[in-house]
Amino acid sequence: MFAFAIRRLIQAAGVMLVVALISFLMFRFVGDPVNQLVGVDTTPEQRAQLRQDLGLNDPVHVQFARFIGKAARFDFGISYQIKQPVAQLIASRLPATLELSFVSAVFALLVGLPMGVYTGLYRDTLLSRLFLAVSLVGISLPTFLIGILLIFIFSVNLGWLPSFGRGETVSIGGFWTTGLLTRSGLVSLILPAITLGLFQMTLIMRLVRGEMLEVLRTDYIKFARARGLSRRAINFGHALKNTLVPVITITGLQIGSIIAFSIITETVFQWPGMGLLFLQAVQNVDIPIMAAYLLLIAFLFTLINFIVDLLYVAVDPRIRLGGTAG
Amino acid sequence: MYRQSFLSRAAGAVARASLVAGAMTAATFSANAQDKTLRFAFQGTLNALDPYSLNETFTLGMLGNVYEGLTKRDKDLTIIPGLAESWETIDPLHWRFHLRQDVKFANGNAFTADDVVFSAERVRADGSDLKTRIPADSVWTKVDDHTVDVELKTPNPILHYEWDTWYIMDKEWAEAEGATKPVSAKDTNPGPSAYKANGTGPFTIESHEPGVKTIFKANADWWGTVEHNLDGVVFTPIASDATRVAALLSGDVDLIEPVPVQDIDRVNSDPNTEALTGPELRVIHLGFNQIRDELPTSDIKGKNPFKDPNVRKAIYQAIDIEAIDKRVMRDLATPVPLLIAPQLFDAPDLKRWPYEVEAAKKLLSDAGYPDGFSVGMDCPNDRYVNDEQICQAVVSMLAKVGVTVNLNAQPKAQYFAKVLAPGGYDTDFYLLGWTPGSFDSWNVLVSLATCRDETGKGGPFNLGGYCNPKVDELAKQIVVETDTAKRNELIHQAYKIMLDETSHIPLHQQSLAWGKRKNLAIVQRADDQVLFYWAKLN
Repeated sequence: MFAFAIRRLIQAAGVMLVVALISFLMFRFVGDPVNQLVGVDTTPEQRAQLRQDLGLNDPVHVQFARFIGKAARFDFGISYQIKQPVAQLIASRLPATLELSFVSAVFALLVGLPMGVYTGLYRDTLLSRLFLAVSLVGISLPTFLIGILLIFIFSVNLGWLPSFGRGETVSIGGFWTTGLLTRSGLVSLILPAITLGLFQMTLIMRLVRGEMLEVLRTDYIKFARARGLSRRAINFGHALKNTLVPVITITGLQIGSIIAFSIITETVFQWPGMGLLFLQAVQNVDIPIMAAYLLLIAFLFTLINFIVDLLYVAVDPRIRLGGTAG
Repeated sequence: MYRQSFLSRAAGAVARASLVAGAMTAATFSANAQDKTLRFAFQGTLNALDPYSLNETFTLGMLGNVYEGLTKRDKDLTIIPGLAESWETIDPLHWRFHLRQDVKFANGNAFTADDVVFSAERVRADGSDLKTRIPADSVWTKVDDHTVDVELKTPNPILHYEWDTWYIMDKEWAEAEGATKPVSAKDTNPGPSAYKANGTGPFTIESHEPGVKTIFKANADWWGTVEHNLDGVVFTPIASDATRVAALLSGDVDLIEPVPVQDIDRVNSDPNTEALTGPELRVIHLGFNQIRDELPTSDIKGKNPFKDPNVRKAIYQAIDIEAIDKRVMRDLATPVPLLIAPQLFDAPDLKRWPYEVEAAKKLLSDAGYPDGFSVGMDCPNDRYVNDEQICQAVVSMLAKVGVTVNLNAQPKAQYFAKVLAPGGYDTDFYLLGWTPGSFDSWNVLVSLATCRDETGKGGPFNLGGYCNPKVDELAKQIVVETDTAKRNELIHQAYKIMLDETSHIPLHQQSLAWGKRKNLAIVQRADDQVLFYWAKLN
């Protein structure tokens, strides 16, 4: 188990380096940061000087080495645009993204799982068909459209929920801001969380449904029925438990994508998280922010993969690598 | 199926939204309106608060609520006294400024001549993006606590034209806080002026989270006559167009900028909101590469057709500006004959070349291109109002006279990297917008129309390299001529030459479009600065 973990960690570090390198290479195509940094009256000489001072004239590998060297010490430099340390900026935006991602993941699980179980058990009821139809919407409409649609229905038309932002936030311990403790924070969370979680919800529901249908056809369920176990025990104790391995995998991986792809939801709702920070950085060619964000996301994905791998082993002992007897 | 009925219901809801929104939300949010806090959303963010970090309209406009210059500009952009009560030119090389007394900075420090001299040094220091605000070789001396002398090396009739956005900072505060140098991108440890402000203006900044929220409070100790009735302002960036409009319609904000052109009707049709539109000073123009011997993107080899003024005039006459302004700009743009807005320099006798396809064909044919030619065009797609659509319209219009244009529309970050000096001015035909920071023609001529070399020495934004020594000579005279009538005559001459030679194709002034709740009254100045001190909430 330990060796397995170590091996995975080394692989993860390699993956992160590669991701960082690729993203760094891509920065050369996003445009000229200097032009975003100065006004129109700045002379070409001053622009050239700034370019030199920022180290943009160095070869890519030199810039990359400098970046990695500093990143190893958690120094991601100063944002070109905002003129504040990038690490500090990302840290201040992290709570917003994590809260949104967490709430939408919980929403997806709490809604998707029962819906999946229900549609798996009662395939042909009207409610099942309805769930499936809704899930089709969730999977086929692009996120930004769902977001805009929700804003127009619930903010503009009905006036129930705020159209953008995070509402009032409370600071906990000076480093974490939360919207979960204020009324305006909670109502602000509803639309973005649904928008972000809808796709995951659909995914989980369809996955659970498929697995349930599969499992319910297997022999051990038939035997369990024959033994006269209660429906409840069969459905939840036996069938559901065995559907959970793929669900854990997908959910785990999806948490990564929820965080990473919250960019769109954050943009639609002007949610002040890391995704929005990243998108603004791309528009302004704010390379220090882009580099740090991409590295962070790479870290997140490798971390989640790692945890998922470990969870596998916990849930299903047969997968245990390194071969303990059994 | 259910899916369809859901979709059709949703669509219905969106369609109804504009009708119902007002009644529903007015009730919900009336509580917020009571406290006279203006909630304002702009498409971009307010970055560093240091007033010398970035020479850009929005940043300077926002900071203009907090900081003040020696001069200010009124609602119609006339120069009026600011922190300087009055000024005189003792001789063309010697100006004297009499400063306003009893002015205090937000932290309570008194405003004196020392602050002006300090700010004059700071704005010229390394890292400042506003170095051009004052001549580098001018000498600033304190005469007494409320008088400052400026000595120049060459006469400069427009010395104080840009001072409404050169904000005076507090020397004591800057020294105590370690903010004596302008915050620049290359700083590894930016000072507090990146996120704190201490100005003399009608508002103070209470908190600033870049990209999230900035809170302004009315300054009770401000020296001037208060024209607004606000307690404060909450500024939030909202990048997404649809969300920004929705925030206005739902009453979550009182003022948005900009309203996308296609949403203006929508905003006006809501009983509680309206769009505020007016011509912006920015002039959008097309430019030709006239410096290359051969255009890399053209099928004409061995020569550059754009070097021939008749070809340039043909292109000009083939473009139907009325059609562009009607269809692309939805009647919100104002066609102009010069590279400067008529509000800033009016020359009624200089008119646009008329739109005449036949004349254009004849000009092309006479110039030796009866079958036309092909050329590549560079165009930004996220910089000006409907920039890419304008270029597309131009492409289809030029096709009618045989000129095949291959359009390369791209985000501004890439566009400017290609067409400006660092990219080697790599463009044959382009679209660009220009507002002179000084609101004066000299800036237009020297930036867009004087000769330049490959490295950008000369007219740095003369992307096509138009060059006429007579225009250069006129520009040199204009910058030192202190007699206004004579100076205007020189400016007129320069514009006449450029028009006759079709140096560029001026298209139009784009329109400002702000969206506001009807209970808000605010002044929309043609320079697009959002100034809270003229805002009233009812």
